[in-house]
Amino acid sequence: MSTEQILSSDGIPLEISLKKAERKNKFRAVMLVGPLFLFLIITYVFPIGDMLFRSIDDRKITQMLPNTFTAIEKWDGQDLPGEPVYAALYEDLAYLKKNKTYGKIIARLNYEKGGFSSLIKKTVRKLGKFEEGNYKEQFIEVNKRWGQNDYLVSLKNAAPNWTFAKYLKGVDLKYDQNGSIVEQPEDRRIHKVLWLRTLKVAFWVTIFCFILAYPISYLLATLPMKYSNLLMICVLLPFWTSLLVRTSSWMVLLQQQGPINDLIVWLGFAANDARPELMYNVIGTFVAMTQILLPFMVLPLYSVMKTISPSLMRAGKSLGGTPFVAFRKVYFPLTIPGIGAGSLLVFILAIGYYITPALVGGASGSLISNTIAYHMKSSLDWSFAAALGTMLLVGVLTIYWIYNKLVGIDNIKLG
Amino acid sequence: MSLPNYTAWNYRIWHYTYLTICGLVFFFLIAPLFIILPLSFNAEQYIHFSAGMLALDPDAFSLRWYEDMIYGTKNPWGLAAKNSIIIAFFATIGSTILGTVAALGLSSRYMPYKAAFMALLISPMIVPLIISGTAIFFFMAKVGLAATHTGIILAHIILGTPFVVITVTATLTGFDHSVTRAAASLGSNPVNTFMKITLPLILPGVISGALFAFVTSFDEVVVVLFLAGLENTTIPIQMWVGLREQLSPTIMAVATCLIIMSTLILVSAELLRRRSERLRGINR
Repeated sequence: MSTEQILSSDGIPLEISLKKAERKNKFRAVMLVGPLFLFLIITYVFPIGDMLFRSIDDRKITQMLPNTFTAIEKWDGQDLPGEPVYAALYEDLAYLKKNKTYGKIIARLNYEKGGFSSLIKKTVRKLGKFEEGNYKEQFIEVNKRWGQNDYLVSLKNAAPNWTFAKYLKGVDLKYDQNGSIVEQPEDRRIHKVLWLRTLKVAFWVTIFCFILAYPISYLLATLPMKYSNLLMICVLLPFWTSLLVRTSSWMVLLQQQGPINDLIVWLGFAANDARPELMYNVIGTFVAMTQILLPFMVLPLYSVMKTISPSLMRAGKSLGGTPFVAFRKVYFPLTIPGIGAGSLLVFILAIGYYITPALVGGASGSLISNTIAYHMKSSLDWSFAAALGTMLLVGVLTIYWIYNKLVGIDNIKLG
Repeated sequence: MSLPNYTAWNYRIWHYTYLTICGLVFFFLIAPLFIILPLSFNAEQYIHFSAGMLALDPDAFSLRWYEDMIYGTKNPWGLAAKNSIIIAFFATIGSTILGTVAALGLSSRYMPYKAAFMALLISPMIVPLIISGTAIFFFMAKVGLAATHTGIILAHIILGTPFVVITVTATLTGFDHSVTRAAASLGSNPVNTFMKITLPLILPGVISGALFAFVTSFDEVVVVLFLAGLENTTIPIQMWVGLREQLSPTIMAVATCLIIMSTLILVSAELLRRRSERLRGINR
């Protein structure tokens, strides 16, 4: 069964000519997306990868104690290491002393084991009096901690170029002397609480946003256009207003002498001199975040509800369902895509919230983002900030992936 | 929503309860914004309603905080406003051009791996700002753009493009491609077709995307907190600094100005959206 090959006007088979045209169109589409794609790869994706890299990078100390780490690599960690390790350590420390850069290893080693700070400082001070040869004895003479196995094991543990220690710290774990993973001491377990609080706040903010958004989205979707447009402004105005303005209005409302407290006192729920603390704790974070994120729940719900024909509810009722049954069996299931879209969006935004918790949350209302910012700006433990950031990022991207599967990213609605 | 006459009393009660609940939610959404307006006209320097204000005594109100905002010697609002406007202006232009062009490509039916590209291009909107801020800070420090306007503008272009991509792709979904084909068959080259046919039709979407990008940049704190030096301070940074110290009536005055601005932007965005729907023949 042979078919006559169809030719285009210039004599090329139509199939080839069509393929060529399609390839051209494809190329054109890719070229249009290209500039933004490259821009984001360079200024955004690559830096995020770099941040991930920074969180496991432990090369700084390796570069500062190169000889020691090479020498200590062969040591099995059982008995005290031999002379070569001490000789190498002397060489490294003498070099660091000459360049006055030994301060940088102190913090890193002290993180591995407390007591290293004073040990290094003391040793470096006496380094000038060291004589050639028999360094092991001289080190132990300066401080007998150099003769204790656990300090040298800690030194060995700091040797690898890459470490997951910062990630472990992010979930209140650490490497012990033997390199196995154990829990942090009780008084240093602060991050698990923080993660749990972040998840809890994000979860409850999502639930409350849903509870508040559902009735008003329904009203907006069913009211005649001229009324619903007016009411829509109540949703869109906060949406377009500066986040800081909205947060500051909550600071005004929730302060101790503020209107809400006035109302509580006036209603007699609290005495005037015992006004409840509504701000600088988790209540403040919670209330403010719910109001600020509410539009992100209303808009997807509204756009889904808008597409549901009112005749479906009427049909349900005419078939003998009470309005409640008709709602539950007919209307509600149809709104589930909107609920999913809104909830995932609110949850994603809530989990990484920074500004509002920082301003109204105080210590007990701060979330994981605030801790990342603290390590970036105050404690300057950038690799730890990067590790926490990476963990948060993985969580968010997982939800984003689910969102993309369920809702489709091109269905995000704005305004 | 008036009820028909035959409605049973229990549904009547339920209906009015429902409307009350809705009213309360709308109140919860909008009322916090309006608390700021009267307080910015406070004659005293405290952030609560004085007895005089509650009695509507004219002496309890004044414009002194607005004067302070504009002429106050120690107030950095002038520089901040200038920086904010410059940064937002260039960031908006950058995101609008990059975003619109990318949206054109993404809407083409020949685009391969559409979903994956879309997911990547939207991601700056989804990734927590603190992470974007950290990553962009490291990058800008490396290339020597930290504490410069250029660095902040680039960062804001990153954050603004997703909004443009979303609004323009949404506008293009209802786009009738036969008009561009008609233009091409009449001998117009692609650039000319875009400028004369496509752009005027999708312009409302482009402008509303640009408005989003502008607001994103104008309102952005977290990334600027990392990137800005003393010279690059912006309005949100100054508000942030002020709010961390203490609530001052001057901040209320600034906030009032910002609310007025966002109202204007909201109105224009709404008008544009309706125009866009009319142009695309969507009747509601």
